[in-house]
Amino acid sequence: MANADYKELSLNGLWKNNPAIVQLLGLCPLLAVTGSVINAIGMGLATIMVLTVSNTCVSLIRSVVSDAVRLPTFVMIIAAAVTCIELLMQAFTYELFQILGIFLPLITTNCVILGRADAYASKNSLLPAMYDGFIMGMGFLVVLVLLGALREIAGTGAIFNNMDLLFGEAAKGWKIVLVSDYKQFLLAILPPGAFIFTGFIIALKNVIDNQIKQRTEAAKEKPAAGSKRVRVTGQIS
Amino acid sequence: MALLNVTSPHTTNTMNTARVMQLVLLATIPGVLALTWHFGWGTLVNIAWASMVAIAAESLMLYLRKRPISFYLSDCSALVTAVLLGIALPPYSPWWLIFVGVGFAIIIAKHLYGGMGFNPFNPAMVGYVVLLISYPVEMTIWATPREALELDLPSIGDAIQALFLGRDAVAVLTVDGITMATPLDVLKQNNTLLVDDLWAQSPQFGRWAGAGWEWANLGFLAGGIFLLTQRVFTWHAPISMLISLTIMATLFYDGGSSNSGGSPLFHLLSGATMLGAFFIVTDPVTSAVSVKGRIIYGAAIGILLYLIRVWGNYPDAIAFSVLLMNFAAPLIDHYTQPRTYGHQSNRPRGE
Repeated sequence: MANADYKELSLNGLWKNNPAIVQLLGLCPLLAVTGSVINAIGMGLATIMVLTVSNTCVSLIRSVVSDAVRLPTFVMIIAAAVTCIELLMQAFTYELFQILGIFLPLITTNCVILGRADAYASKNSLLPAMYDGFIMGMGFLVVLVLLGALREIAGTGAIFNNMDLLFGEAAKGWKIVLVSDYKQFLLAILPPGAFIFTGFIIALKNVIDNQIKQRTEAAKEKPAAGSKRVRVTGQIS
Repeated sequence: MALLNVTSPHTTNTMNTARVMQLVLLATIPGVLALTWHFGWGTLVNIAWASMVAIAAESLMLYLRKRPISFYLSDCSALVTAVLLGIALPPYSPWWLIFVGVGFAIIIAKHLYGGMGFNPFNPAMVGYVVLLISYPVEMTIWATPREALELDLPSIGDAIQALFLGRDAVAVLTVDGITMATPLDVLKQNNTLLVDDLWAQSPQFGRWAGAGWEWANLGFLAGGIFLLTQRVFTWHAPISMLISLTIMATLFYDGGSSNSGGSPLFHLLSGATMLGAFFIVTDPVTSAVSVKGRIIYGAAIGILLYLIRVWGNYPDAIAFSVLLMNFAAPLIDHYTQPRTYGHQSNRPRGE
């Protein structure tokens, strides 16, 4: 029973109910900071941590807090978590902290986090709530990184630039130049590019979903082996 | 076989989409000739390459969308997009610039929105804005007109070389003074000279507006009047746009001080004014539909055009103003829906 529960949670967070491309929550960081892979990873990791911590705390206090004051309480918890993460990033990845700028504190207002706290963590026990926070953050991170990669490739013709901001000196050589002598396609790096590429990702997901649906329906409609033909000629006595 | 049950009136119409588009293409000729005469072969090369890309992109999208290819190709709408974009782009642009612009216009602005007749935004203008935002350096170079150039204009061979190898590979196009800021740009940057002094000092000004530009604009005006006589579109949108632009320019001309926005005639014959008024604003798909709506739509474009030209960040603004009003066109139509014969004029609430 418990296993199936986690499987369902994972499927929900990563695909069926993906916060970024199905619920379309947290669009502000999604659109604002996904200009490159490194920004996307930084933002995604911060969101995962905040989501996990906030879901955990909310689940722990869920029987203590009355319904009337639950939202302010959740926001305070989230704000506290965000502050911790922000300080951590300031300490360990200062340059990335500066690049992400205002969007780190703004994680507080990211509706994915309040949404999960209210919709899931406040109604479920500790472990599932923690896992839900983690996997929802994961779904968010995957979309962020995909979007960041697409925009970085289209915008600059290279990928994995500046990875050393997060992964240390060794990551300096990770940059892959796909097209040398590429003119910067500014539109992809500017906010309109984020909208356009998000649209493409959503369209892609819909195409895949439709194909899966068609396939399962086709499988269902297969006539059973040795089916009978309806008799259309001759006399029925 | 059942006969078609057609109700009256039994009239036939010789106009169809292909015919309209062919007339529009025909009407661009005087303007294009003027541009070519004054700025060299660049514009024609732009148009030729843009047309090839447009037809390829259109065929590809029609194939992917499983639509009849020859039917949609023969309506020439992709060609019109390509020609308008080719005219709007700077002469001697590199091939990839036009490729990106036309590709974006046809694939994303037209076909992803549902193809011919369903695009809310003018594809050519979307392509232009994408390029202007993405490649500001390439998009703000404009050729020097023949009048201000001491050398001969680049030959057609130079123009084709510039298209495929880039400007830097063509010796003629790397000479000093082969490109110049457009008159609109010069006037915009100026904040020390009186307009008359500026006129005398800068070689790119002509009799009424920019040298070369004024003739190109007159050419497009002639093409537009031809289209009006052919009843391809009604006069409402273009004329109201030109009038509102004239009013704005008159109000803020201030006699030609260093902060002047330029004379009304200068604005009417500069940049893409006439091309915009008769070939862009009149796009039947993306503009407002009702008569009153078209007047509002055109007038708003004229006002926005002046606002962005004089106080905005860009020297010319046809594309931005048209796209902004494309957004508003459905709203304008909603509030200007004409009364149908035999019905009350006030529509029921909530409709």
